[in-house]
Amino acid sequence: MSHMTLTTEGDCEVVVRRRFAASPQEVYDAHLDPELIPQWMTGPDGWTMPVCRNDGRVGGQLRYEWAGPEGQGFHLTGELLVLEPGRRIVHVERMFLPDPTPDNRVETIFVPDGEGTLMTMRMTLPDPETRRAMLASGMEHGMEAGYVRLEDRLAGRRG
Amino acid sequence: MIAGQPLDATLQALADPTRRAILARLAEGEATVGELARPFSISQPAISRHVKVLLEAGLISQSVDGARRPCRLARGGLDDLDAYLSTLRAALDASYQRLDRLLAPRTQKKGREQP
Repeated sequence: MSHMTLTTEGDCEVVVRRRFAASPQEVYDAHLDPELIPQWMTGPDGWTMPVCRNDGRVGGQLRYEWAGPEGQGFHLTGELLVLEPGRRIVHVERMFLPDPTPDNRVETIFVPDGEGTLMTMRMTLPDPETRRAMLASGMEHGMEAGYVRLEDRLAGRRG
Repeated sequence: MIAGQPLDATLQALADPTRRAILARLAEGEATVGELARPFSISQPAISRHVKVLLEAGLISQSVDGARRPCRLARGGLDDLDAYLSTLRAALDASYQRLDRLLAPRTQKKGREQP
């Protein structure tokens, strides 16, 4: 069963909420450690992250590169703005598809929730036009076929 | 900009609070432009412009009924947006399920190491 919600809020935000059976510090670390990130942040099956740079310090740079099963790929770059260990990460990122998307400010908060953690990731785009373009560009780049296959598989596993 | 894409038109149409309010009103049943304008503090021509955007995005339809031209929600108008959000949701969900598996042995290991 999925514990995740994804909603649009206001005119400029996309908000994802998810519970994890691990401490806030562990979930926080998994979002910053360049050895751990490629082991999970890869989306649909068949995709990998051959390059992951995250130096884990305020003002530091991010670079994540993804590769798809049919030779396709894209990357993002970003900067870490705020780091409150075990509690909160604020960074800015843009994707290259291959043209750069407008900057997306991402605040990820980790709050203790019983034995685990409630994570809230709030993506804020500069204006409604940009959110619209971001959502539309994801569609445009043909990732949906893989996602739909994945969704079928997940539905089968749940059923 | 990605003009002319159906999803793009849907998102642009939904980006305005007055248009979302019009959709909420039409979810209760059909209404003419005059009826739609009544609860808002803006003019009927302004409402007409919002209605035109919603029509072009395929979110509503308008029929002719004598002198009345009632608007109603269009079936399937939000399908593109729903499809995209569900693919994004599925991709994130796949990543987070992988993170669950990655975190599980770490949590157990930490448990064993504690006195």
